[in-house]
Amino acid sequence: MRADTEGKRTPLYAMHCQLGARLIQFGGWEMPVSYSSITEEHQRVRTHAGLFDVSHMGEIEISGPGAEAAVQYLTLNDVRPLQTHQLQYSALCNEAGGLLDDLTVCRLASDRFLLIVNAANIDKDFHWIITYLGPGARADNCSDAKALLALQGPEAETILQRLSATPLGALPYYHALMTRVEGHAALVSRTGYTGEDGFEVLINAAHAVVVWQALMEAGQAYGLLPVGLGARDTLRLEARYLLYGQDMDETTNPLEVGLGWITKLDKGEFLGRDALTRLKAAGVRRRMLGFIMQDRGIPRAHYPVMQDGQVIGEVTSGTMSPTLGQAIGTALVRSTSVQTGSTISIDIRHKAVPAQVVPSPFVPRHVKR
Amino acid sequence: MEFPANLRYTKEHEWARQEGNRVVVGITDYAQKELGDVVFVELPEVGATVAVMDTFGVVESVKAVSDLYAPVSGTVVDANIVLEDQPELVNASPYGQGWMVVVEAAHVEELQQLLTAAEYQVYVAQEKSSR
Repeated sequence: MRADTEGKRTPLYAMHCQLGARLIQFGGWEMPVSYSSITEEHQRVRTHAGLFDVSHMGEIEISGPGAEAAVQYLTLNDVRPLQTHQLQYSALCNEAGGLLDDLTVCRLASDRFLLIVNAANIDKDFHWIITYLGPGARADNCSDAKALLALQGPEAETILQRLSATPLGALPYYHALMTRVEGHAALVSRTGYTGEDGFEVLINAAHAVVVWQALMEAGQAYGLLPVGLGARDTLRLEARYLLYGQDMDETTNPLEVGLGWITKLDKGEFLGRDALTRLKAAGVRRRMLGFIMQDRGIPRAHYPVMQDGQVIGEVTSGTMSPTLGQAIGTALVRSTSVQTGSTISIDIRHKAVPAQVVPSPFVPRHVKR
Repeated sequence: MEFPANLRYTKEHEWARQEGNRVVVGITDYAQKELGDVVFVELPEVGATVAVMDTFGVVESVKAVSDLYAPVSGTVVDANIVLEDQPELVNASPYGQGWMVVVEAAHVEELQQLLTAAEYQVYVAQEKSSR
């Protein structure tokens, strides 16, 4: 292995190699893209269950008497209503209203919050956070000490229940509980990135291998397969979840990518509020839409999007949907005359291929409501 | 992994099988393994001309778009349109049902410039070890 191509590795790297995973470089990490095939892994999550190593993601804890005020100032969503062990989807913006990262916030206690951030942005987010922390709060980057496993699919609860003494049936979506999995302390949240019911299991890095193996063994009778980042991407796109770095970045604001619902402009002062309030008042110029191809061709990131012969934007994400058997994509376009049901066309290698704008999500979600 | 001895190979991982003045073309077992699940194949129309080592189409996996390179120059006399509905044949049978085009060769001796099965096998081994 050449040193210049080696990325960081999670505690499960040796396990992935043992399972015969195909590895890729992703956000500075060496991660499994698939173990058997992307299509097989994708479909298994929808029909049974899949286990993902997402330990490359980051965990930043903010604590102290000023913690709630700090999280409230740093993020878009309103943390005041969060109960202990309740989570919310949120984001960090800069003063111009540009998105720095999307993330989930979990309230661990009245004065302690856990932020789960994207792998590629851990250092950027941590430095941003400590810059704007405010008095009475401290931030700790716990990422290297933690491992995160995602167990997703209709059989996820049955499988995890076999290893957890605490009943999971009544755990609501976007809530968490502390329990022991295979004897090791774990924060289990009913969250995920696939559109299926499932859990994310946060444990100490030292226990990652033991917990992974225990889950794989418990799940064998229920069709559990290990799943890589390839299927993670096709699953999330079918569910219309956004991918930071592809669908959005610092040049996009939350209002134009469909994150207005987590942007609480009336909650009080927060980073980006003034710029976002002005942007909203002026009228959002672009919008994110989803489409299904009507003719042969697969949309890919950066392919031009046209309407009536005019380029109106570009594709942000696209793929052949394993569940639908049709090619799907999302695009950021000038919001003029495009709406659900409109016909647009995608420039695929200089050929205009028709597509229809459709509502979200592409595939129905089965998260536990 | 398979390297049929009766074929010639390009460094872009296409195979070529001579049938008189015609050349059948596809992608190799190594290529389909590297690609993963093939979900889309774009082939030229019958009658199109192809030039040696120019792109003549595209094969797409879930995650990536890969160009197809012509091993010989000539005219396309057949294209495997079954792959439009069953792109997975490229994975299942890269040297058989996964064939892509048949080219009426303008200079069939161009085949001699391609790698033999033994040379291609060495080439693949080098490519894998340098990753």
